[in-house]
Amino acid sequence: MKRQPSEQEIRDAAPRLRDGPGPGSPEARALDETWSDAPGLIGWFSAINHKTIALRFVVATMLFFGAGGILAALMRLQLARPGNKLMGPDMYNQVFTMHGTTMMFLFAVPVMQAVAVYLVPLMVGTRSIAFPRLNAYAFWVFVFGGLMLYAAFFVNAGADAGWFSYVPLAGPDFSPGKRVDFWAQMITYTELSAIVEAIVVITTALKLRAPGMTLNRMPLFVWAMLVTAFMILFAMPAVMLASTALIMDRLVGTHFYNPAEGGDALLWQHLFWFFGHPEVYLIFIPGLGFISAIIPTFARRPMFGYTAMVLSLIATAFLAFGLWVHHMFATNLPELGKSFFTAASMMIAIPTATQIFCWLATLWTGRLNFKTPLLFVLAFFFILVLGGLTGIILAAVPINLQVHDSYFVVAHLHYVLIGGAVFPLFGAFYYWFPKFTGRMMSERLGRWNFWLMFVGFNVAFFPMHLLGMQGMPRRVYTYQAESGWGQMNFVSTAGALVLAAGVLLFVINALRSWHAGAAAGNDPWGGGTLEWAASSPPAPCNFHALPVVHSRDPVWQPLPSGPPAQPPLPTHVMGLTADERQLLVTTVVDARPDVLHTFPRPSIWPFACAVATTVLFTASIFTAWAVVWGMVPVAIILTLWFWPHRHETARHLAMERKP
Amino acid sequence: MFEPAGPQAHLILQLWHLIAWTCAGVFAAILLVLVAILLRTPRAPMPAAPDLSTTDKAEPGPRRSVATAVVASALLLLALVVASVFTDRAVARMSLVDAVNIELTGHQWWWSARYINGPVSDTFTTANEVHIPVGRPVIFTLKADDVIHSIWVPRLAGKKDLIPGRTASLQLRADEPGVYQGRCAEFCGLEHAFMGLQIVADPADRYEAWAAAQRRPASEPADAQALRGRELFLSQSCAMCHAVQGTTAGAQHGPDLTHVAGRRELAAGTLPNTRENLQAWIADPQKHKPGTNMPSTPLSQADLSALVTYLETLK
Repeated sequence: MKRQPSEQEIRDAAPRLRDGPGPGSPEARALDETWSDAPGLIGWFSAINHKTIALRFVVATMLFFGAGGILAALMRLQLARPGNKLMGPDMYNQVFTMHGTTMMFLFAVPVMQAVAVYLVPLMVGTRSIAFPRLNAYAFWVFVFGGLMLYAAFFVNAGADAGWFSYVPLAGPDFSPGKRVDFWAQMITYTELSAIVEAIVVITTALKLRAPGMTLNRMPLFVWAMLVTAFMILFAMPAVMLASTALIMDRLVGTHFYNPAEGGDALLWQHLFWFFGHPEVYLIFIPGLGFISAIIPTFARRPMFGYTAMVLSLIATAFLAFGLWVHHMFATNLPELGKSFFTAASMMIAIPTATQIFCWLATLWTGRLNFKTPLLFVLAFFFILVLGGLTGIILAAVPINLQVHDSYFVVAHLHYVLIGGAVFPLFGAFYYWFPKFTGRMMSERLGRWNFWLMFVGFNVAFFPMHLLGMQGMPRRVYTYQAESGWGQMNFVSTAGALVLAAGVLLFVINALRSWHAGAAAGNDPWGGGTLEWAASSPPAPCNFHALPVVHSRDPVWQPLPSGPPAQPPLPTHVMGLTADERQLLVTTVVDARPDVLHTFPRPSIWPFACAVATTVLFTASIFTAWAVVWGMVPVAIILTLWFWPHRHETARHLAMERKP
Repeated sequence: MFEPAGPQAHLILQLWHLIAWTCAGVFAAILLVLVAILLRTPRAPMPAAPDLSTTDKAEPGPRRSVATAVVASALLLLALVVASVFTDRAVARMSLVDAVNIELTGHQWWWSARYINGPVSDTFTTANEVHIPVGRPVIFTLKADDVIHSIWVPRLAGKKDLIPGRTASLQLRADEPGVYQGRCAEFCGLEHAFMGLQIVADPADRYEAWAAAQRRPASEPADAQALRGRELFLSQSCAMCHAVQGTTAGAQHGPDLTHVAGRRELAAGTLPNTRENLQAWIADPQKHKPGTNMPSTPLSQADLSALVTYLETLK
């Protein structure tokens, strides 16, 4: 039993500085000091500042995006002509599985969460993400999970049963060896990370908003990420359950999916797509959030139809859980049930259409500042709308039965995901790069980058619609010359290379601008949300004084319209401790000041815990006993992580007293 | 899919035209609005102050337009759902009078088809090439031997999965004689790319003649080389997996070869069925279809030639 701190200790520990004074003051310096990560190698691994972690997270996911893109290019080269011998079926199956797995699990969802970890605290006007250590832990777990999958791939143990890993093909009988085990365990890593990130984002959005930022004033990007995070909480457990059952079938001989022993092969598909379909929307909804952030800034007016936009996001999230069977129309399910899923699949177009119409109305009634981020958003209207419409075509059961599992679906899903998520994401990078780095990206390179990607993308993927309708199935490593598919595949490969050149140009632009870009200033685009009130890049504490919010676009409208109120309304919060990580927690709906909470300092334990978790997860691929002994280091590290320190307790007690 | 040869593919194509053209219209409309925006919306010289005049008041004009567009899309979607359901019903209601029953089983990576019409003695099995009579409905009972497969013959009908532990059925009809290329559409492992299936629609008399020939066991080899080939077939590893009715070879692990010489292709669409290809295939199957379950058989050139001569007699 530890001794309680004495009165003297508490008095000595009492913080001296209160925030409020602007940059340059001792208080501001103390704030920056307080919220900084420690220097040095250990400090690097102990970092918990949300911006540090988020940038690392973005870089990690973009590296995986690059790896997935290289794999895609390899596939396109293999398919460029019939009977090509670049890869055999074994290699090709690994490559397409790794491509899908990388893009879905290691890029599309995490990159959105990474951007959210950076932006959500800034947009809601606070100094940190909620649970910053947990956030760091999630990042490390994600990195280790991705590295494990690629380590397996490089020793020729890459997963080869598809990113969907249908059983029985992925089961113990038809995929011997460890390949699918690595895949199934990768799910555990990334889903653990995703769920933790979801909790972090939800808590930040609901409890750390600046005073006055009622739910009704929350930026649409934050709404999008909040909705995404809730979807993750409901969707991811399904795939974790499915993959755990799969790994148990494979490692300890359970028979969840073995029909010969009373299991069911279709159970996998239901569980997987109950996650897999919402997955598409939780990639796509952050994209909608980016667009809702970019359009008002470049149309120079607030978003039209805020309420409709929020309700559409929520409606999309609900409907997304009612569509999974449209991936399974070819199985022997009852016909009437399929019609229900047709109706649901088409209905989800309504909220998306509503948002598209609201954006068009905003653009129509605004004045356009025509810059690269807006170009990427306008591409969304072309690519995503086309992808959405082919989605409506696919929702009709009879047509679906024709083109399901053909290249038509490959075209559709890339139009939706690249148009709905990647183009907005690149637009978002151009938009927020000045905020991340303090420098502008080159506008000239940006336009080249955009046009290469836009043209390359359409040349690569449009012909796939036609190939699918001519009968070319997905996931084939080659095809015969007599099929007549050679020409269009060649065109598609050429387009893919142009697309790759566009992405390469982005990398060049980002690297060059990072060092030599024009200085950005706090608000280069004239944006309306709170991140533009912070410096570029933001100070470690984001804001030297927490803002008080009176409107939906607080930078544009710091005070309510109409005559100034008497007494004047407050614009900032003052008096938080500057030499301790103290934050204001507000109420969920109205964002009234609720309690003061002290946030933890940087710590090496999240990193250490992620290492221990990695040992546990990876070793359990080889022996089920690892679940037992692997728990021991995790438990020890968690104990150390949460061990209370006397001087910290003393400070917290001191802060709870009236000054 | 654009050259339908059966009633179902035909109905699906009609629905395709309806939905695709509707969607194309919507796409064109949205692009038009976008182009109009690009042409008519004024540019903002930066730095331009944001226009905050709309923050506290409603915008009836845009609101009316957006609401109209939302309602119109909802109505269009409703119409498409109705069209889809009616097409689905029409596809499912094809008459099954006088149907041919075929049990189709998917294997890694080939198909076996058992014709189960009439008395048991009329049952016969073939592989990878399924003959059906023109104008008569066919009921495929779908089973899978190992992993999930899916049958897809784009010119005749939509696809259907073959799932281990479950039985599904697919009905279709070919209204014109011809050879319809089909294939496995569900990723099923290494050689998913070479799991072809040919549906050959014959006029009624030719179909009956074909079926009668299939029911007969293999004929006795006439010349010495073919006889030697049969000896090799039965003594080497061939007979461990393949069946030839009328001999002692009765294994079911690979395609039934009783009438292999009459088929158009080898190894589920991998090679055209010629003497040279057959010889090359037996000598080294892994070269043509890496991963196939058929091992290469070490035979002298003379033995290989004899074996192929025997197989060529299995018309």
